[in-house]
Amino acid sequence: MKILVAVKRVIDYNVQIRVKEDGTGVVTDNVKMSTNPPDDNAIEEAVKIKESGKANEVVAVSVGEEKAQETVRKALAVGADRGILVKTDSIVEPLAVSKILKKIVEKEKPDLVFMGKQAIDDDCNQTGQMLAALLNWPQATFASKIEVKDKSLEVTREVDEGLETLEVNIPAIVTCDLRLNEPRYASLPNIMKAKKKPIEQLSASDLGVDTKPRIEQIKVEEPPKRKAGIKVASVEELVQKLKNDAKVI
Amino acid sequence: MPRETMEYDVVIVGGGPSGLSTAIKLKQLDANLNVCVLEKASEIGGHILSGNVFETRALDELIPNWRELNSPIKTKVKKEKFLFLSKTKSLSWPTWLLPSVQKNHNNYIISLANLCRWLAEQAETLGVEIFPGFPASEILYNNDGSVKGVSTQDMGIDKEGNKKDSYEPGIDLIAKVTVFAEGCRGHLGKQLIKRYNLNHGKDPQQYGIGFKEIWEIDEKNHEEGLVMHSAGWPLDNNTYGGSFIYHAENKQVFLGYVIGLDYKNPHLSPFDEFQRFKTHPSIKKIIEGGKRISYGARALIEGGLQSLPKMFMPGALLIGCDAGTLNMPKIKGSHTAMKSGMIAGEVICEHLKNKTDLSIYEEKFKNSWVYDELFRARNVKPSFSWGLILGVIFTGIDQILFRGKLPLTLKHKHADHETLKPANEMPKIDYPKPDNIITFDKTSSVYLTGTNHADNQPVHLKLKDSNLPISYNLSKYDEPAQRYCPAGVYEVQKENDINKFVINSQNCIHCKTCDIKEPSQNIIWVTPEGGGGPKYGNM
Repeated sequence: MKILVAVKRVIDYNVQIRVKEDGTGVVTDNVKMSTNPPDDNAIEEAVKIKESGKANEVVAVSVGEEKAQETVRKALAVGADRGILVKTDSIVEPLAVSKILKKIVEKEKPDLVFMGKQAIDDDCNQTGQMLAALLNWPQATFASKIEVKDKSLEVTREVDEGLETLEVNIPAIVTCDLRLNEPRYASLPNIMKAKKKPIEQLSASDLGVDTKPRIEQIKVEEPPKRKAGIKVASVEELVQKLKNDAKVI
Repeated sequence: MPRETMEYDVVIVGGGPSGLSTAIKLKQLDANLNVCVLEKASEIGGHILSGNVFETRALDELIPNWRELNSPIKTKVKKEKFLFLSKTKSLSWPTWLLPSVQKNHNNYIISLANLCRWLAEQAETLGVEIFPGFPASEILYNNDGSVKGVSTQDMGIDKEGNKKDSYEPGIDLIAKVTVFAEGCRGHLGKQLIKRYNLNHGKDPQQYGIGFKEIWEIDEKNHEEGLVMHSAGWPLDNNTYGGSFIYHAENKQVFLGYVIGLDYKNPHLSPFDEFQRFKTHPSIKKIIEGGKRISYGARALIEGGLQSLPKMFMPGALLIGCDAGTLNMPKIKGSHTAMKSGMIAGEVICEHLKNKTDLSIYEEKFKNSWVYDELFRARNVKPSFSWGLILGVIFTGIDQILFRGKLPLTLKHKHADHETLKPANEMPKIDYPKPDNIITFDKTSSVYLTGTNHADNQPVHLKLKDSNLPISYNLSKYDEPAQRYCPAGVYEVQKENDINKFVINSQNCIHCKTCDIKEPSQNIIWVTPEGGGGPKYGNM
């Protein structure tokens, strides 16, 4: 079995995001970038399945600028066998990414495609679902547990009501939740080995995918500053304020 | 399970200006050498914080064509100002009356973090292997007592010291020569100085704590290339320190404050002094209407030549501010750190080729311009132990009339942890509340550093005696850790009327001030899990 894992390079989750002064986006110059956190879980799960003998190859793929190679390299350092980087210079929307991934799937013919449930930069949570639709494959989203059966997967999902368990036939798309596993650290020797693993470089146009944005972004602005709280003297005053000032009850 | 080992010709601990310069020099001299650099930050530059007005002398020697290589050295210094501040007034000191070491017209305003990122690219092009996110946690020794290498931190250990599922043992890096370039108060450098008695016959090392904020300011207040320094308010005559304001590109100003850690009043809070400084009318008018976008703090070396330890030992070299090569009156340490690293590269190359002893470092260093600079600079900092006014007068005579060649050398008498007076003998300081426009509290400041340490890992700020903070420090000094820490790591909390010392180690921004200033040297800073700590951008 072959598992394809999509990984995205995003601004590190510890960095305080700053909006560009002209409102065209967020500042990315000199900002620490990392792998989208749930994508780390996706890679970890794929590598674990391979280690258990149920898969024989894990391929990491990223779509993005040249530097997204580092994200692929990181996936190789924690156990992926080889990498693919599809280069694009502009921002790609989830639809374009899923079209690119579809082409990669047609080329690589994996049995499973894993990715994070959403990316922490645009929070879209769409790529996995769109890819499933484009390929007409079953999908299991927000996976917090995956069990590989003979020709299917048993996937536990965290939903509002509790846990939901699905069985999906292989081939399938699975988007991974942070609770799925604890990603391993890349060790120094493995980072060294990863430098020697191959990364195939493609471009979106090579694959014949039109990545033109379908959404027009009008303006990016910071959320309004939170106002300082006030102290109330009594419950009566609180109720009165909630009723008349805040108008929430 | 035996730990894995990797062998190199040279292992360099720390990816700052000195370590990267060593790496580059080594590969320039011999492209076949195997050289690696370990860096504790999650990326090169992530833990770098500096003013910085950069003198290119060392870089001109190391990479003469740096101007053609898209380096981040762009903003030339165009204008200089020096202000003496009183509470409400400022006196501009004529620049022709400044000693030549404080003149910057050939220098550049840069982000040292960005310079390091660029140096790392140059090093990687030459074939240096750079590993960010891997702190060197221990020194390895050979049976003959020489340094054998370092080992990296184990990853995936929980608070109690147990191995988590994700446990990944550190590995041993064995080198023919190990270079320690951790920056000011490196935790391994400190061990080496002790083990090999490198500071024998030297004065106690002197430190300062430096703060830096980056502001995006109103166009009308911005003057790209302007370098401004100040002394005086809010510090009293007996506390050593001053400010810098550098107008960089993109409407940014780098604004900072440095306070000598030999201050005496335990009530003093360096962070609050810095915040208060910004409320001075002549400073406030620059940043008013602007926005603070970064914050950080880092201890720096101020001891100079009198406190500079021996920089070689069997199997290893100690370079840059891990030893202490900063030039205090110049307020610059990057070019001297780089040069000390370049000399290390030359010495190691000779050592590997001709088996010459590493001790030739001393002679090479003495014959270099770094030594000459540090020699001329040596009397400035100690003269300020007489107070600001006498210090300025002496420095004028020493630097302008004698150009640093007075036939006497002043001594540093005390280590910084010895200088605090008991709390009840010193005046309390009433700091104004932050207005969240010009001045801020520690919590919102630390938030900007992006600092983080994976939770559920051992506390990396170790107490030798866990009772001391309450039993001794609190009663005698009102536990100064609450104030000298620029990140609010240390708190004294009352629980059922009993005082408790709390260490919020996840907030630590790796400045090392606690390791320096704690009166009984009771706090030991050790490396946390790799990648932990601040995520500075263009600091």
